[in-house]
Order: sequence, then C-alpha cells, then structure tokens
Amino acid sequence: MANDTNSFRTPIGRARGLGSAKTGAQAWLGFRIAAAALAVLTILFIILVISLVGAPYEQVVATFKQPCPVILTVLFLGFLFHHAAYGMQEVYEDYIHGKLAKLFAIGATKLVALALFLAGAFAVLKIAFGA
Amino acid sequence: MAEFSLPANSKVVPGKTVKSATADAKRTRTFRIYRYDPDSGENPREDKYEIDLDKCGPMVLDALIHIKNDVDSTLTFRRSCREGICGSCAMNIDGRNTLACLKPIDEVKGDVKIYPLPHQPVVKDLVPDLNQNYAQLASIKPWLQTQSTAPSRERLQSPEEREKLDGLYECILCFCCTTSCPSYWWNGDRYLGPAVLLQAYRFIADSRDEMTGERLDALEDPFRLYRCHTIMNCTQTCPKGLNPAKAIAEIKKLMAARAA
Repeated sequence: MANDTNSFRTPIGRARGLGSAKTGAQAWLGFRIAAAALAVLTILFIILVISLVGAPYEQVVATFKQPCPVILTVLFLGFLFHHAAYGMQEVYEDYIHGKLAKLFAIGATKLVALALFLAGAFAVLKIAFGA
Repeated sequence: MAEFSLPANSKVVPGKTVKSATADAKRTRTFRIYRYDPDSGENPREDKYEIDLDKCGPMVLDALIHIKNDVDSTLTFRRSCREGICGSCAMNIDGRNTLACLKPIDEVKGDVKIYPLPHQPVVKDLVPDLNQNYAQLASIKPWLQTQSTAPSRERLQSPEEREKLDGLYECILCFCCTTSCPSYWWNGDRYLGPAVLLQAYRFIADSRDEMTGERLDALEDPFRLYRCHTIMNCTQTCPKGLNPAKAIAEIKKLMAARAA
C-alpha cells in the first residue's frame, strides 16, 4: 500500500488526493451490457458454427453471404473484444501500480483488441460482399 | 508491477513460548500471537502462550486481557467496550477478521492464532495504524448535509424511509471488512474500501440528506468506487452481520441510473 512514510502530507490530504475522476459509471454499465449481450450472442454463434461443421466450402461461403450470420458474427466480435479489453483494463488497474506502465498496458490492450476486431470483421465482410 | 513479496524485516519468525497454565489445569489452550515492536528493529515474531481457560472468560478478548494482566504485560492491543459496539478489538483471529470480544474461544479448533488486521501498517503487536481509514471516512463527509434552512424541530422521516438505514447505521467502523478486501490491499491509497463505502451509502440512502448528487459525484471514480469487484470478503467477515457488498452494489445501481 502506498503509505509514503517519508511524506509529511496529512492523511486527509492523501485520502482526498486528486479528487474524483467523475467517470466510471458509463464504462461499468457498458461492461455489463456487453456481458449480457455476449451471453446470448456466444450461444447463437456456437450454434452457427456447429451447424456448419463438416459443411462444404461453398455452403459456408453461402451462409456468410446471408445478412443474419454476418451481423451476428460482427456483433459477437465487437462485444467480445470490447469486453475482453475492459476486463484486462480492470486487471491492470488492480495490479500494475506504475502510472506509465499502467497507461501503456491499457492503451496497448485496447489497440490490439481493436485490431483483432477489425481483422475479424473485415474477414467476415469480405466473404459477405466478395464475389 | 504488483508487489508479491513482503517488505524487508516483515517476515514473521518464531518467538518465545510461555506456559502460564499450571500442571493441574483442566482446560488449557495455546494462543499464537503476532508480536511486533517497531522500536526494536527486529522482525515480527509469533509468541506462544499456553493459558488456563478456567482463569479467563469465554471470549478471545478475555484471554488476551488475562495474558496482559497475568502473563505478559508487554502485549499490546486495543480494546474498550468488550461487547461488540466500539470496534476497537478488531483483529485477525483464526484467519478471519473479527472482534476479539465477540469471538468465543470454543469456536476455534486447535491453537488460537491472533494477528493484527491484515495489510495495514502495524503500530505495535495487534495495533494497526488506521489513520488512512479514518481520513478516507472523513473524505466522504459522514454527516447529514442539507440545502434547506434548518427546521425548528427534528428533520422528519417516514418509517419506510427510516427502514432504508437498517443494515447501514449499525456499522461500528472496526474496518474488519476493509482490511479483508483484496482490492483494498492492492489499491488502498485510492480505493475507499467497503467500510467507508457503506458509510457513504448510509448518507446517500438517508431521505433527510439533500446532497445525494454531490455524494455520488465524489464517489464516481474508477478507483474510489469501481475497484470493488464483488469479492464479498467484506460481507463474509463483518462481525456485525452487515452487508457492505450490497451497499456498494446499491451505489453502483444509482450511478448507472443517473448515467443511463
């Protein structure tokens, strides 16, 4: 715990610190909404994948040219990576105490999550709109 | 990164063994007690006291008082009311934070291990430094705040409104919950902890308080409030049977209600 014994700052001064960030509620709510959405979307996505097990290439491509499987998959990927990035951010905020290291970890994770989502969405949309 | 190792000189080493029970004692019990004296410069140690249970009362606090009075007067601990209303004798007994005065010795199997509240600086032996906890409590302004002019008599409240304070007003601020919370262990400098958040909700839930919005503003913070991950150690350990985790959840619900 950051109890800097060399500081003459009063306990109340330390407790008040930099004040409240006045954010967090939206992120918290978004995390829960993503979790609830994922509970449904994950099941639907698994059903979609199982229905295509052993199917020939042409049938899989044909399936991903229909609107519902495409929208379902892109939505699933979006909520999945949003949820994963926020979940990792919570872990970093708990355990990484260096300010710069924490900022770097959170930023890098969000970037990677966004890149993975874009790669996944691009792949699905390429099949959907491809020749 | 996270600190997983103990700071220097904090490893607990075996200490002395004192047998105060006489050979004809019928009921004896060994108490293994954390001892630390910052002035000595030595590591903390765990002293063993074998005492005769017929020479003290039934609670762990009775045994501690017996040890201090009759066996080893250097043992240091806080106590006051000895009936679970002052919160002074909060300590870690048999691996769980509780009040020594409310914990029967019979409930502990084997040796009775007594340590100070976890993860707080230790002043001496079983006395933790709670200055930060008290400062955090003061920071949430734990008193009624109003905008309207003071009435000439009491501020009224319906029985239903008063009922909302049940399970909140009983908190005696022993900080058993706060010091049992892993989130508080890792981020206690910024996270307020369950005891202070329960107090915050006690005033948010009070129908007579007129500064609810300002109180929520002051709490809306990724660290002050949202370090709570509903681990529920707080609720499990509360010696008064209160539910700080639920109070925190109620604050989060109000935050969501005004954000959405």
